[in-house]
Amino acid sequence: MNLIVVSLITLGVIGCLAAVILFFVAQKFKVYEDPRIDEVAAVLPGANCGGCGFPGCRGFAEGCVKAETMDGLLCPVGGAPTMEKVASILGRTVTATDPMVAVVRCNGTCANRPRNNRYDGAPSCQIVANLYGGETGCSFGCLGYGDCVAACQFGAIKINPDTLLPEVDDEKCTACGACVKACPKNVIELRKKGPKSRRIFVSCVNKDKGAMARKACTAACIGCGKCAKECPFGAITVENNLAYIDFTKCRLCRKCVAVCPTGAIHELNFPPRAPQAPKPEAPKTEPVKAEAPKPEMAQAEVKTEVNTTPEKTNNQQA
Amino acid sequence: MKTFRIGGVHPEENKLSARRKIQVVPLPKQAIIPLSQHLGAPAVPVVEKGAEVKVGQLIAQAGGFVSANVHSPVSGKVAKIDTAIDAWGMKMPAIFIDVEGDEWLPEIDRSEKLLTSCTYTPEEIVKKIADAGIVGLGGACFPTQVKLTPPPGKVAEVLIVNAVECEPYLTCDHQLMLEHAEEIVIGVTILMKALKIQRAIIGIESNKPDAIELMQKTVSRQMGIEVQPLKLKYPQGGEKQLIDACIGRQVPSGALPIEVGAVVQNVATVYAVYQAVQKNRPLIDRVITVTGKSVNKPGNFLVRFGTPLNDVIAMAGGIPENTGKIIAGGPMMGRAMSNTDMPANKRISGVLIMQESESTRPEPQNCIRCAKCVSVCPMGLEPYLLARLAGKSMWDEMEKHNVMDCIECGCCLFTCPSNRPLLDYIRMGKNKVGGIIRARNMKK
Repeated sequence: MNLIVVSLITLGVIGCLAAVILFFVAQKFKVYEDPRIDEVAAVLPGANCGGCGFPGCRGFAEGCVKAETMDGLLCPVGGAPTMEKVASILGRTVTATDPMVAVVRCNGTCANRPRNNRYDGAPSCQIVANLYGGETGCSFGCLGYGDCVAACQFGAIKINPDTLLPEVDDEKCTACGACVKACPKNVIELRKKGPKSRRIFVSCVNKDKGAMARKACTAACIGCGKCAKECPFGAITVENNLAYIDFTKCRLCRKCVAVCPTGAIHELNFPPRAPQAPKPEAPKTEPVKAEAPKPEMAQAEVKTEVNTTPEKTNNQQA
Repeated sequence: MKTFRIGGVHPEENKLSARRKIQVVPLPKQAIIPLSQHLGAPAVPVVEKGAEVKVGQLIAQAGGFVSANVHSPVSGKVAKIDTAIDAWGMKMPAIFIDVEGDEWLPEIDRSEKLLTSCTYTPEEIVKKIADAGIVGLGGACFPTQVKLTPPPGKVAEVLIVNAVECEPYLTCDHQLMLEHAEEIVIGVTILMKALKIQRAIIGIESNKPDAIELMQKTVSRQMGIEVQPLKLKYPQGGEKQLIDACIGRQVPSGALPIEVGAVVQNVATVYAVYQAVQKNRPLIDRVITVTGKSVNKPGNFLVRFGTPLNDVIAMAGGIPENTGKIIAGGPMMGRAMSNTDMPANKRISGVLIMQESESTRPEPQNCIRCAKCVSVCPMGLEPYLLARLAGKSMWDEMEKHNVMDCIECGCCLFTCPSNRPLLDYIRMGKNKVGGIIRARNMKK
């Protein structure tokens, strides 16, 4: 009996002592964590894709809380709605950003770009890129071994079995940039998604001289510069025998698409062209009229407004 | 018989072109001479379009300390300086020369006369070798003069001549020894003089008994040179393996052979040194083996650089119909080519034509953890682990596991019972890690 009482008292005293010590230690070494970090982390998608540039979603939440403004902070997975929620938690306003999407800039399909040898090693673009120029005459284009497919956490890229080129699903792509990093040939680029997913881009990365590029692939950009001359907005530059369309300047007039001799410039999700009739002046306004984003023709100041419009339409669709 | 102590494999020898006389390949119509035929910075052209050049004339100067001069292997007119496509579909800067006649520079001694005495000082020898654009002809193409100027504080004790030719199929070094043994021995004495050392070892694998005998006969009069027959094992021709086999010293990880007092030169390089120092003849040609089981006339060919490999293959009877793969170099370390118009250059020691049936890899299976790759790795690495890490992009871990020591000999891939593409992944990882290390050193 006595033994039980003594042990109970001893244990009780030890317990109290430990509690007191722990209390003071906890006070002394307390780490203050902004409670808003948890709140922000709760509204983030939790994909931990790293597309925002921070290590995972919690890292991004910490970054948001620490940052003074919301400039340059974007969760590519959640997009604008998520950023609005984050901004409301932190009591800030969010500046609208253009939704982006991954674009595969190569049209070297089996038909356009005949294979002249067969690769037999480990199926990885990185390994092929290290080893040699690839299975075709073009040493710049897509190798087709799907490093981008493996890198995508959202199942947005698939290799088309007919063309052996990757295709991006606009709906699923979150523009996290994982595929851009994975591609050893820098074929994939993040570009502005564009109103109603309409966009124009040069689907080639071949920097060879025209004749050489054309010999390797019938759909190659030969750097002729016709598109750059045609572009009324100065959005196209030709460097190292390769045209590039600056998507911040492009107004989707589609003039360049029509003049490209090899069809290297692609337009996506546009309605079929009207018959040749209104050619002289009309084409500039014509496609624009058909859709909402008329203000795109106006000055840059209006641009923010324009850019929010397609986002909303996208959300409605989703 | 001596050999190196860790790892190694025994691939089938298949020395089909052994003891076939060296044949001279006719000059091409147009020679394409790459500016980067060596390790290090590419050479800088010193001729312009339209210039008349003679055989042996300097056409591009070394672009740095680790770089090498390039000389015209033909006479004629410079057509253009442009990019050419190499054997692997990549672009390379090159000088195109339209061949006219075969006019040599007057100072080059083209006679067969043997010049035994060398009166130059060590400095003069090194300068002559650098001027002649000589690089290691064993495959790595490291500029020879750099190897002959040990960094301060390091002393060379022994010259090891690499006459191992452990790659299956290749026989060019073997044939060179049979035909030019005396020149090679003089070359060795010149190099010993340049390095100011008294001892040299010529390492030859035991599958070349005639070469061993001939070299032994030739060196018997010379002081300090010994011929070391070596037990047959691949990759004995690797620099560090050869040092271990010949003098029993192991080069530490990341260090150069000079750390253990050794300088290794390939036997073809030694021959080129003789030509450069005694005959003023720059490095403009080399012996190439063209071989393969279905090749009509496998053989050894003396080919001027710039000659399309297709011409050399034609000399051996052309590309057979059932060809599945054409490899630049030997079957273990060579790389399959996608373009056989590639001009011959300092880098290419052989062309191996494989039949369709031998040229496809079996389907890879899962790793069964047998550790065969570990036991055959001559550098004592863990190939299965490195390959896995490379697949997961874990570059830091790879560096910790000494991926940079890998000599890419292919023993792991050769021995793997599951046919896993181990070397593919390791080579990729090695490139990545190498890039990371270079970037880090640049920052410092």
